[in-house]
Amino acid sequence: MKIPFEKLDKAFENRVRLQIMSVLAVNDQYDFNSLKELLAITDGNLASHLKALEKEEYITVNKSFLGRKPNTNYVATQKGKGAFKQHLNTLEQLIKQQKTI
Amino acid sequence: MKEEELHKELASIRNIMERSSKFISLSGLSGVLAGIYALIGAVIAYFIIRHNSDAHGFFTAIWRYINVLLYLSAIAVAVLLLSVVTGIILSVRKAHKRGESIWNKTSKLLLFNVAVPLVTGGIMVVILLYNAGIGFIVPAMLIFYGLALFNAANFTYSDVKYLGIIDIVLGLITACFPKYGLYTWALGFGVMHIIYGSIMYLKYDR
Repeated sequence: MKIPFEKLDKAFENRVRLQIMSVLAVNDQYDFNSLKELLAITDGNLASHLKALEKEEYITVNKSFLGRKPNTNYVATQKGKGAFKQHLNTLEQLIKQQKTI
Repeated sequence: MKEEELHKELASIRNIMERSSKFISLSGLSGVLAGIYALIGAVIAYFIIRHNSDAHGFFTAIWRYINVLLYLSAIAVAVLLLSVVTGIILSVRKAHKRGESIWNKTSKLLLFNVAVPLVTGGIMVVILLYNAGIGFIVPAMLIFYGLALFNAANFTYSDVKYLGIIDIVLGLITACFPKYGLYTWALGFGVMHIIYGSIMYLKYDR
């Protein structure tokens, strides 16, 4: 059986989005600034990718205050975790498939 | 997408998962140095105890006994401070080399999770000191430190878990045979740190 590349999740086509989901898959939650530092990207870049994932309902946003500073945390939803797992499975199968060719 | 690209993609996912949840700038070399400080401390402690006790190993006078306790406490505090400072300096250097900051989400997580068992142990040791529970001071140090490491393993290199278990076991053994406390202390904090520090240095630092 041939696995088409179309089975890969479009939302994860972008490297940054895939990285964000990787972080949220192993951490209960992660805040904006820590994500920014970890991925070494700009505010605007990160914000737009987070927005895209939020629109897909793959992540949810929790806004709170740490003292006076706003603190924005991101959490992966069940849907997001499922999609991420599926994406990894597809990647794995693609590798297996190419090995047999 | 070529196979090579797929592999790269998976490798980057694994890398980011690890970096986001574990503090990996912990320096192995600082473990070796901490072990050396502990051994030096233990040797000094050994001579202080021998110098102040008679041939049967009993302290010759109560004031000597109190003096010895003060000296030993000072040595323990000095070893602790030196080890912590060395650990911080070398970890900052390692983080810098990797282009990461030392004060981030993972280091905070690690610190918090280590602090709870460690501070509990520290308070326990002081309580034992005041209540003449001298024989249980070394067991308490080893056990609480072991628990702290066991907990820390979730937030840094997982190898640390086994060092934690070894220290917990050593602590429990010492609780049964308190008179060998100095030796098990030297083993748990000195020798084991040197062995583990060397392993981590060879595995991750180079």
